[in-house]
Amino acid sequence: MLQWINSRFPITDLVERHLSKYPAPTNLNFWYLFGFLLIIVLVMQILTGLWLMMNYTNTAEEAFSSVEYIMRDVEYGWLLRYLHAAGASAFFVLIYLHMFRGMMYGSYQKPRELIWLGGWVTYVLLCAEGFTGYVLPWGQMSFWAAQVIISLLGSIPLVGEDLATWVRGDYLISGITLSRLFAFHVVLLPIMLIAVVFFHILALHEIGSNNPDGIDIKKHVDDDGVPLDSKPFYPYDITHDVYALGVFLLFFCAIVFFFPGGGGYILETVNFEPANPLSTPEHIVPSWYYTPYYAMLRAVDFSLFGLTAKFLGFVTMAAGIAIFAALPWLDRSPVKSIRYKGVFSKIFLAGFVVSFFVLGYLGLVPPTEIKNILAKVFTIIYFSYFLLMPIYTRLEKCKPVPERVPT
Amino acid sequence: MVQPISPPNPGRRKFLSLITGFMASVGAVFLAIPFLSAFKPSARAEAAGAPVQVDISSLVPGQMKVVEWRGKPIFVVKMAESTVKLLSSNLTRLADPNGDDSNQPDYVKNQIRSRKEGVAVITGVCTHLGCSPKYYPETGSVAFDSDWQGGFFCPCHGSKFDMVGRVYAGVPAPTNMDVPPHYFPREDLLVIGLDGVS
Repeated sequence: MLQWINSRFPITDLVERHLSKYPAPTNLNFWYLFGFLLIIVLVMQILTGLWLMMNYTNTAEEAFSSVEYIMRDVEYGWLLRYLHAAGASAFFVLIYLHMFRGMMYGSYQKPRELIWLGGWVTYVLLCAEGFTGYVLPWGQMSFWAAQVIISLLGSIPLVGEDLATWVRGDYLISGITLSRLFAFHVVLLPIMLIAVVFFHILALHEIGSNNPDGIDIKKHVDDDGVPLDSKPFYPYDITHDVYALGVFLLFFCAIVFFFPGGGGYILETVNFEPANPLSTPEHIVPSWYYTPYYAMLRAVDFSLFGLTAKFLGFVTMAAGIAIFAALPWLDRSPVKSIRYKGVFSKIFLAGFVVSFFVLGYLGLVPPTEIKNILAKVFTIIYFSYFLLMPIYTRLEKCKPVPERVPT
Repeated sequence: MVQPISPPNPGRRKFLSLITGFMASVGAVFLAIPFLSAFKPSARAEAAGAPVQVDISSLVPGQMKVVEWRGKPIFVVKMAESTVKLLSSNLTRLADPNGDDSNQPDYVKNQIRSRKEGVAVITGVCTHLGCSPKYYPETGSVAFDSDWQGGFFCPCHGSKFDMVGRVYAGVPAPTNMDVPPHYFPREDLLVIGLDGVS
């Protein structure tokens, strides 16, 4: 039977190449678990999303009450929604850790540029997925977040206002906007997401995984061409991954069952009120996973070269997300991993991490004068990690990278 | 197996490929038109933007009425005489007192930014990111300003506007709040959405 299939479609070969016999470096650590967990969360979001969609109504009149209907009247509807909402936050926690791993160990460097870019596109799509999904319950926060984000387009010189109207399909955020965001959230973006993730994994399996030492394990292979410093994914790595999944689910389920609102960070309190276009909530905040960029947007409060502060803020925010894509070409270091890089790389990476957290906090709280100055300072630190990288990676003294993985 | 014959005239082959590709691109652009146009406001959405009439006879000085036009809140404020006086004198803290960089009909580009003295008609949407500012008519020391002259404060990012929607300097909002097209066909009747003749 298997032979019959294999002579028509190489299923055994595919499974061995991409799963069971995939050679993973022997020195992979904790930071290499998140890719696997991300795939699990992606599958969970697709399943729960599909089930939620069966009872959700995408009109301005019905959206809010259909979500309440799911919560109260649909059997286990509350669980589907809590899983989906907490899943969105988990998705971002995991992808930020996954990205940080890449930055720490130089996984974006040659020859893994396309893997990194694929991951970056996944992140951008995920941001879009998070935003469109956030609007669907049509509560106060849904409505006003959509209002703030789409009106950002209006700041683009000359074409901005028309572009914003075109995206809204109306002169204001309305049911028309809601149903097109719904179409993006459930059809367009998931299809793109799955395709890009597929590309990301295929590209990875072609080149092979990086490792915490940044050693090219393909330099030393046995007679079959298998790297000496590797072990097959099955049964070695899969056991680590499944164990990590257990630990992850422990935390995840604790949140889903005992703190489904996440203290207002997973489900915002203001969003339990139906959307009202005539009344803005006292304090508008985006979801926690966007707040570093929201802080950047607010930090820019000056106009320059005839461009408005609003447009410059929008550009800064977009640049904060876009600049990850340039990382493979900004890093001029001869070594990959932070373990062998010099002191500048360590300082700037630490600065990046601190600024990410501080900006994340500043984006959550109401602005004050002192916080605005802090936001400016940390926006500069955030960007200096990237923009000064070509300089400091060339100046610093790196440690020699061993030929083989140290045991 | 039949070997592909290399074209006798590669230049002509290249030209044909180019022209075919070009025509295909033109076709793709035309094909995109219906898809992109379907995103524009529909006829129903456009019709919903019709003018609205407001009876302002019941407003007392200092009172504000919020009406909806094209889904946006329109602030209609009746001002006391003392407030009107402040409008043309108290200009030092405003970023754009004459509305040169702001969006409003020409008939309100005057000292009091109103078509009718004592009545302000403003689109209640902050020009920063589209939140709806709150109305604070009181003067003196308030939570966000030690010398407040009455006006609007945006809770989202702290932008401040005076009673007729003119923006303060040094706040995130770049311009004054918009003024919608409006006119007064009668003493106490306001029409929002048409320029008309008062």
